[in-house]
Amino acid sequence: MRVTLTVNDTEYTRDVEPRLLLIHLLRDDLGLTGSHWGCDTSNCGACVVWLDETPVKSCTVLAVMADGRRILTVEGLAKGASLDPVQQGFATCHGLQCGFCTPGMMLTARWLLNRNPDPTAAQVREAISGQICRCTGYENIVRAVLWAAKNGGTE
Amino acid sequence: MQVPAHVDYERAASVDHAVALLVRYGPEARILAGGHSLIPMMKLRLVQPELLIDINGIGDLRYIRQTGAELCIGALTRHADLLDSALAGEHFAILHDAERVIADPIVRNWGTVGGSLCQADPSEDLSAAFAAMKGTMVITGPDGRRTMSAREFHTGPYETVVGPAELLTEIRLPVRPGGGSGYQKVSRRTGDWPVGAAGAAVWLTDGLITEAGIGLTAVGATHFAAPEAEDYLRGRAATEETLVRAGEIAAESCSPVTDQRGPADYKRHLAGLLTTRVLRLAVARARGQAA
Repeated sequence: MRVTLTVNDTEYTRDVEPRLLLIHLLRDDLGLTGSHWGCDTSNCGACVVWLDETPVKSCTVLAVMADGRRILTVEGLAKGASLDPVQQGFATCHGLQCGFCTPGMMLTARWLLNRNPDPTAAQVREAISGQICRCTGYENIVRAVLWAAKNGGTE
Repeated sequence: MQVPAHVDYERAASVDHAVALLVRYGPEARILAGGHSLIPMMKLRLVQPELLIDINGIGDLRYIRQTGAELCIGALTRHADLLDSALAGEHFAILHDAERVIADPIVRNWGTVGGSLCQADPSEDLSAAFAAMKGTMVITGPDGRRTMSAREFHTGPYETVVGPAELLTEIRLPVRPGGGSGYQKVSRRTGDWPVGAAGAAVWLTDGLITEAGIGLTAVGATHFAAPEAEDYLRGRAATEETLVRAGEIAAESCSPVTDQRGPADYKRHLAGLLTTRVLRLAVARARGQAA
């Protein structure tokens, strides 16, 4: 089946099987390997990307469901050479160690800050509660998002 | 790597189109809404439909609005829509309580209200909330629409009254003054299915309970409800003793099973405790004493 979708402002058209998962289209067909393929069961959140206006777990979305829609992945987070404040926050506050959960965490953080520019730590934790980090104990991730909120977090 | 088996795919442009596709392809076709239950089930080969009928493009199935004395919720309403809806929260605090503990914020962005109900998991939260609110389900098929009480909607685990050529299109909740409602859940960790959960709604007149609804999930309550406890409450003063006794009756009336989430006697204990707690909350809200 032919699908056309816009990923990070670039339009792509591909012929896909209806059973193809969005995460595999992004990684294997489009070469956008910043989105990670983790648990396969919509528990870990490594595969989070934006589908139109909201983050979703792309291991639980079929590529055909994204036909005609817009996708934002971590590759589209920076504006040219200028990192998104969320990315700056993760770098500044050591919000990652191995980095596997980081793309999904940052995309959820961007969504949170667009909705709530000045979140509390508890609100950050609630926002990322569907995503798993095995390295940081979440402390530095929360710090990174709060840093982004204080340093130009809103778009 | 978990991927679904081969499947065909059609996109429905309207409810009528979805019904026509269901009629044409028969019982091996499945409606695809958010897909957050169906796609994991397909990965595990627990279901293997031949055709998916994607209804995500049917924009007029996604709404929350008040029509007369009813709150009407389109089946394609995302969980996040319901949680964000001031209208829903104003009339039914139970809906916001429940949505806040369903899965996680990212899953709630795409998972749908109708999909959760039709998946009919025996531990599903909204099934208990709508049972407590005594909602009405609107089901659309080739012969038009029919309505069904929320308490008759589920016919067993993973089974509903929705026929092979039908789909759930709307949930209606009666809006009545003088009431309060609430929902509480105990789970092993954030975002997990409940060990046990309870929802309650009460309506008070001069301190007396004129009407009550109690919903239970994950504890083997028939139709996700506790009608014996509701009967007990009706006409009594909303005192602490009454609410505790109603919890005991609810606990006696359900049939939990021992599984990896806990032993049956613990779940029964939870059912009683949570029923009393949400009744307290519902009464306090009805009196304007709790947010």
